[in-house]
This record gives sequence, structure tokens and C-alpha cells, in this order.
Amino acid sequence: MRDFWRRFRRNKGAVVGLVILLLVVVLAATAPWLFPGSPWDMAGAPFSPPGEMGMLLGTDSLGRDVAAGIAHGARISLLVGAVSTVAALLVGVTLGAVAGYLGGFVDDAVMRFTEFFQTIPSFVLAILLVAIFTPSIGSVVFAIAIVSWPPVARVVRAEFLSLRGREFVQAAEVLGKSRLSIVLTDILPNALSPIVVLSSLMVASAILLESALSFLGLGDPNLMTWGFLIGSGRSVIRLAWWMSVFPGVAIFLTVLALNLVGEGLSDALNPRLARQRGGAA
Amino acid sequence: MEASKLPGFLLRRMVKAAIVVLAIVVCNFLLVHAAPGDPASVIAGQSGVADAVFLEQLRRQFGLDQPLYVQLWIYLKSVLSLDLGFSHRQQAPVAQLVLERLPATLLLTGAAFAFALAAGVTLGALAAQRVGRWADSVITVVALTFYATPLFWVGLMLVLVFSVWLEWLPSFGMSSVGVEMQGLEVVWDVAQHLLLPALTLGLFYLAVYARLTRATMLEVADQDFVKTARAKGVPEGRILRAHVLRNALLPVITFAGIQAGQLLGGSILVETVFAWPGIGRLAFEALLARDYPVLLGVFFCTSVMVVLFNLLTDLLYAVIDPRVEVAG
Repeated sequence: MRDFWRRFRRNKGAVVGLVILLLVVVLAATAPWLFPGSPWDMAGAPFSPPGEMGMLLGTDSLGRDVAAGIAHGARISLLVGAVSTVAALLVGVTLGAVAGYLGGFVDDAVMRFTEFFQTIPSFVLAILLVAIFTPSIGSVVFAIAIVSWPPVARVVRAEFLSLRGREFVQAAEVLGKSRLSIVLTDILPNALSPIVVLSSLMVASAILLESALSFLGLGDPNLMTWGFLIGSGRSVIRLAWWMSVFPGVAIFLTVLALNLVGEGLSDALNPRLARQRGGAA
Repeated sequence: MEASKLPGFLLRRMVKAAIVVLAIVVCNFLLVHAAPGDPASVIAGQSGVADAVFLEQLRRQFGLDQPLYVQLWIYLKSVLSLDLGFSHRQQAPVAQLVLERLPATLLLTGAAFAFALAAGVTLGALAAQRVGRWADSVITVVALTFYATPLFWVGLMLVLVFSVWLEWLPSFGMSSVGVEMQGLEVVWDVAQHLLLPALTLGLFYLAVYARLTRATMLEVADQDFVKTARAKGVPEGRILRAHVLRNALLPVITFAGIQAGQLLGGSILVETVFAWPGIGRLAFEALLARDYPVLLGVFFCTSVMVVLFNLLTDLLYAVIDPRVEVAG
């Protein structure tokens, strides 16, 4: 663990990313105290520019505080990002493990299925899913999970394929351990590091996807989100630039932080790969 | 590749593409049936025109009184004869609505793709030439930035800077309204409208292609045939163009094929921001009206376009690289 932290710290970008991410988490956690009351309530005169009327980031067309919207939106973005990533991991790891461990016909079938999901335009599918199952936080999470599992399945399958034939797995087989326990206790722990790296990037893309969906008006109608804020600022951009600028900066910083942390995790978990990358690329 | 093997290779790819298209149709069918409630009322849905005649028409189109597999068969037949249903909202067949909007989307995605490829490969090649220098760092930073920025927000920011503050470029639509124009004037007008949306859509892929080109060029530059060319005394510029770049382009093409779906998905957001009259904008309008037949039609159409594009890149790949695996 100490070793891990030392290697992670060597990547300066990753440390900056981690700090930004922690700040966003703190903002999300303290939103109800920083900005008490509903972010949907009127807080000042409509279209107040930033800094005026005590509104740090200005107000929107209905006099709602943009800063309050961003703070409350952080909760939804992080929540949707985390939950949909966990759901996508469940699907992807299961399918990838089954394909990689069993091989043969099953592997072929699962990989064709995965390829299909990678071919179809995933964003269009996500829109369709949310629209048909009516917009709610549940359908948004479901749609994001459905379109994000294929890369996980591919990575996990590749890991399982290479680990399956190794001596410690053969030893476990000789000892008479059941298949399920071999997969769960012998192979999976050894395949964890690429999964961890991938999941930090998945949270990032889930947040982007959620913001795009709610920008199109497909967010949960009861929840304040960053995408919704930008979407409502779109038509009045000539009047109130701050309505769309600041929520976008919030998305950018959060996603950037997650990507940087992902690179740091990758360096810390695969020291060999990191050195290679530093040398050749 | 030997010319004799090409038809067989193409045939296999086309069979694969056909299977994918069939799977998409089945996927559409399942989506309609997975939705809560009677599929007919889902499709008629909140379009506010759920009169008995329309519901009856939908029930007939899907054969809702029949067993599920018969329904699927009926649906497959109608979609494969390019009958994508009827939009009650717009009072027009879905296939016609989609086809009307297709050229605008193709123009936008084509322009964005061409821009991203040209600029991305150039930047990537520059970075590979100067590893560790400023051009290299600039590309890393640009890539990181565009990986983390929502596409629609980039579009809005470009509108803010170039249309609202600088007033250089139009911010919405495909051509100026109420102005008489002819010939080159029309082209110039559309080009002005196209610039910002194409830039928005292309910037993300520019970063992707630049990174990819840089990585593969560094890889290729190390290989024996490049050293041989250098030993023969081939000029450095020619080595770069004829030996390194040509081989480095292959992974970029493959990647472009894989990303075709993302490009089309992105065009929904960009067309929404810029009111560009393509199928993305059509999807957004359908979304607001909960016009499901149109949404399903857009999904089908974009999926088919991705399949066609993948077929095209396979072909291109086979033509450019003689070593390509024809067995797959």
C-alpha cells in the first residue's frame, strides 16, 4: 500500500486530479449546508450577473442561484457516475469472466454479443432507452450501464484468458476447488488492477454521458443536474453567459480529475507498463 | 491482397453486416415491447394523438393480436422493405423524414471527420518528430482537455465567443434565412454555417487521432524497413511520407471505423446546439414530442450507417495494406 501511494504520488497530474476530485466530493457532501433549501427555489432577481446581488455565479432566468445548482448537481453527477459504473462492472466482469474462463463456443457467442454493442451508436441507444422507460434517475443509470459494459467485458476476458492456464490456477483445479471459487478467489483478484484503472475512466465517461442526456432534457425532472443547467442556459446564452459557462467548467474539472486519477492508478498498479510508456510513447 | 480473394472477403463481411442489421431490428422490436404498457399506446404515447384509428393502425403494423414471434416477423418484413412506420406528429412516413435530414448530417459528420483526420494526423506526425518538445506537450494537453469536455458545451462556448462576442460567424441553422443567393454565394453561406458545428464535432476526434498517429509513428519509425530506407539514402522527407506515415495511418483508419457510431451520436448534441437540420436535430425534436417511431427510425438509420461505414473501412484497409488478414 505504501509502495502504491509512492508510485501514485510520482505522477504530478494524478495528485492534482485527486485534490480536485476530493474538493468536488466535499462540495457535494456539504451542498445542503452551503446552500440550504431547494436549488429550484428563487434566490434573487432573474439574470443577475456573477458577483452581483450576493450571487457568486449569478442567477438563471427564474432567479435561481447557479452556484447552488452546481453544488446540488455535483451530488447527482457523482452518484450517477458511481452507481452506473458499478452496474456496468457487474455485467462486464460477469460476461468477460465467463467468456475468458470457459472459452470455446461460449467465448465466441459472448464476444459477438459484445461486438454488437460496440458497433451500434451507443449514445443514440442511451437516448432511446431513457426516452422509452421515461426519464428518471433509475432509467438514466440503467441506460448508461447498458452502453458502458463492453470495454470491461473485453478487458476481463483477456485477463482471464491469460490467467486461466497459469500454474496457480492449475494447482487450484488439482486441489478440487469448484469452478466458481477458482474464478472468484484465484483468478479475479489477479485481474483486479486493469479493472480498477478502467472503472475510474468509466465514472468519468458516465458523468459526461449523464450531462449529455440531461442537456437534451432526459434527466430526472426532479433533480438538479449540471447538464440541465447548461441546457436551460442554451437558449439565453446571449443574455446570460454564466448560466452555461460555470456548470460546464464543473463538468470539465470533475471529468479531467477522474481521467488524471485514472492515469495515476494505472502508473501505480502497473509499474512495468508505466516505465514502458515513459520510454516509448 | 490478391485480387482473387477479394470477392470472398467482401462477401463474408457483407453477411456479417447483414446479421448486425437484423440484430438491430430485433433490438428495436424488443425495446418497443420492453417498455411498460401496450406497445401501441407506448408508440402513440404522449404524442397526444392516441385516437382509435391510429392505435388500430399501429396494432396492425405490429400485429399485436398475434403471438410474439409472428409480431417480430411482421415487424422485420416492414422494416426491411424500408417501412419505418409513420410519424403522427409530423404527418409523414418516418423513412421520408429521416432521408430528408440525412444529407445535412452527412455533410456535418463528413466535414468534422475530414477536419479531425487532416489536423489530427498532421499534429500527431509533428509531435512524433519532436518527442518531448513543446509541440508534443501541446498535444498531450489538448488531448486531455478534449477528453474531459462535454461536446455540447464546447459548441456553446464557440457560439459565445465567435457569434455572440466577436460576431464573426452565424450560430444556428444551415443557411441564412430570407436572403436571395445563387451559385457560389450559397456554398459560401453554408460553409460559414458549417464551420462552428464541424469544429465542435471534430475537436475531440482531432485529439484522439493526434495521439494515435503519434504513437503508431513512433512504433513504425523503429522498424527495419525504415532503417533500410535510411541506409539506402532515401531523403528524410520521403521516408516520413512514403514509409512511416503510410503505415501509421492504418490503425487510425481502423479506429475511425470503430468510432463512426460515436461521431453520429455526437452529431445529435452538436445539431441540437447549432439547430443544424440533420437527423440529430430530428431526434431531438422527436424527443421533445415523445415521437417514438421517429426515434426508433433514427436509431435504425444511424446503426445501418455505422455498419456501412465499417464495411467501407474494411475494404479500404484491404486495399491499402497487402498483408491484411483475409480469413477474418
